[in-house]
Amino acid sequence: MLCQSCKTQTATIHLTEITNGHRVETHLCQACAQKQGLAIQTQIPLNELLSTLLSVPPEAAAGTPPSLQEQKACPSCGMTLQRFSKETLLGCPQDYDVFEKNLLPLILRTQNDRSEHCGKVPADAGRVQEKQMRLAQLRRKLEEAVRREQYETAARLRDEIRKLQ
Amino acid sequence: MNIRDLSKQPSPWLQESGPASDVVISSRIRLARNLAGYEFKPCLTPSRQQEVLDTLKTALLSVPADEPLFFFNIEEASALERELLAERYLISLPHARGEGPRGVVIAQNEYFSAMINEEDHLRMQVFASGQQLEKCFEHISRVDNHLETKVQFAFHPRYGYLTACPTNLGTGIRVSVMLHLPGLKMTGQTEKFFNAARDCNLAVRGLFGEGSEAVGDFYQLSNQVTLGVTEQEIVQNFSRNIVPKIVEYEQVARQRLFEDNPEAVEDKIHRSLAILRSARLISSQEALILLSHVRLGIHTGRIPDIPISKINELFLHIQPAHLQMQAGRTLSPDHRDILRAQIIRTALCPN
Repeated sequence: MLCQSCKTQTATIHLTEITNGHRVETHLCQACAQKQGLAIQTQIPLNELLSTLLSVPPEAAAGTPPSLQEQKACPSCGMTLQRFSKETLLGCPQDYDVFEKNLLPLILRTQNDRSEHCGKVPADAGRVQEKQMRLAQLRRKLEEAVRREQYETAARLRDEIRKLQ
Repeated sequence: MNIRDLSKQPSPWLQESGPASDVVISSRIRLARNLAGYEFKPCLTPSRQQEVLDTLKTALLSVPADEPLFFFNIEEASALERELLAERYLISLPHARGEGPRGVVIAQNEYFSAMINEEDHLRMQVFASGQQLEKCFEHISRVDNHLETKVQFAFHPRYGYLTACPTNLGTGIRVSVMLHLPGLKMTGQTEKFFNAARDCNLAVRGLFGEGSEAVGDFYQLSNQVTLGVTEQEIVQNFSRNIVPKIVEYEQVARQRLFEDNPEAVEDKIHRSLAILRSARLISSQEALILLSHVRLGIHTGRIPDIPISKINELFLHIQPAHLQMQAGRTLSPDHRDILRAQIIRTALCPN
């Protein structure tokens, strides 16, 4: 089926509108749909997301004027939020702690509301750290088991958590 | 081995036909890592960047491997050599066009490559033909475990492996499959596929990665979430749930296509092959669209005399840097179109 608008490209977007009992179908190609503002964005551009999130000061920093927040620099690498929002890349590992309050909403938004790593831990990471990770992983599995009403699994996970604690 | 040698050989992972290769051209897993005790790339001074390069180069070359590993200094490579590596997916375009001390370690068989000082200090990837994500994961995990005995990576108790961009945080893993979806395209279901991917937090891109357009029904599908899920969960969800579903939808769409309007589809396939066999001038975009139809024809038994490896091989060899490397000189776009048409004719003409 050809696009109704340009009549050259294949229509890939099909819209059905029902107004006052009348059904109207529209068939457009991606380019024409985009021109008419109908195309669905598959991804939010990272820059756009960053500027939206970083322009709103988080609750904890609500008392501080945004300009001061943006000027705050990492003592280790000198990175500022202003620079980060432009370049979308951080300057050093410490930035994650220095700008945590500002980064957390962004992390939650891009990581499907998750903010705790539960995957691989480096072999040489301290045992305490490893234990923390294991606990976080087990707690997440416990929540999942309870949600799925798998009570036997949940009880086993609870015991495992108690043992580790 | 030098970079020029690569232009003559086909990528083995494009040559073979792995599982579900009618729909899944290849699988790839990438891991992003940064060395502890160093700034991330944007804040690294050139001398510290050199230190990162030397440290990671030594560590990577010590990885036990079945195939010899080679290091290439990207800063010293010519522009054409850098583009060639990018065309073969061994480095990214930003790495090819970047600045400062940087390099890549490549396995001779091209199944493995590791970029040093790209967006992160280390970005390594493993390829496989067809749907073989679990195999890729096993391979890359082995390399990662070995590297951790040699160097220390930046790690945070809450956020996991730290990356320059927060979107790669946690596992640092990017799982992706290169898909050929002519059935979904011709039956007008690509938008449905995009929406389903978005609902599953997956990214859809064109054949050549970030920012590239999908040409000739080729798409790259990858995970976006890297935090709060284990590496195994990401890989298994992809290989056991997402990819088989897409393969099934695409196969059903192809079947429907041939049932509903066989003449039109067969005409498209054979007409495409005829153009490729006769053209004297062809752009890469047109070639990709026509090759996509021919690939569909081969997989559905409509074109019995051309092996799929030949089509996959052409994807690489008709790209600008490959053409120029073959010609041994810089070519204008018009001359590239002539050489591209000639290479395709030679490859596809019946003996």
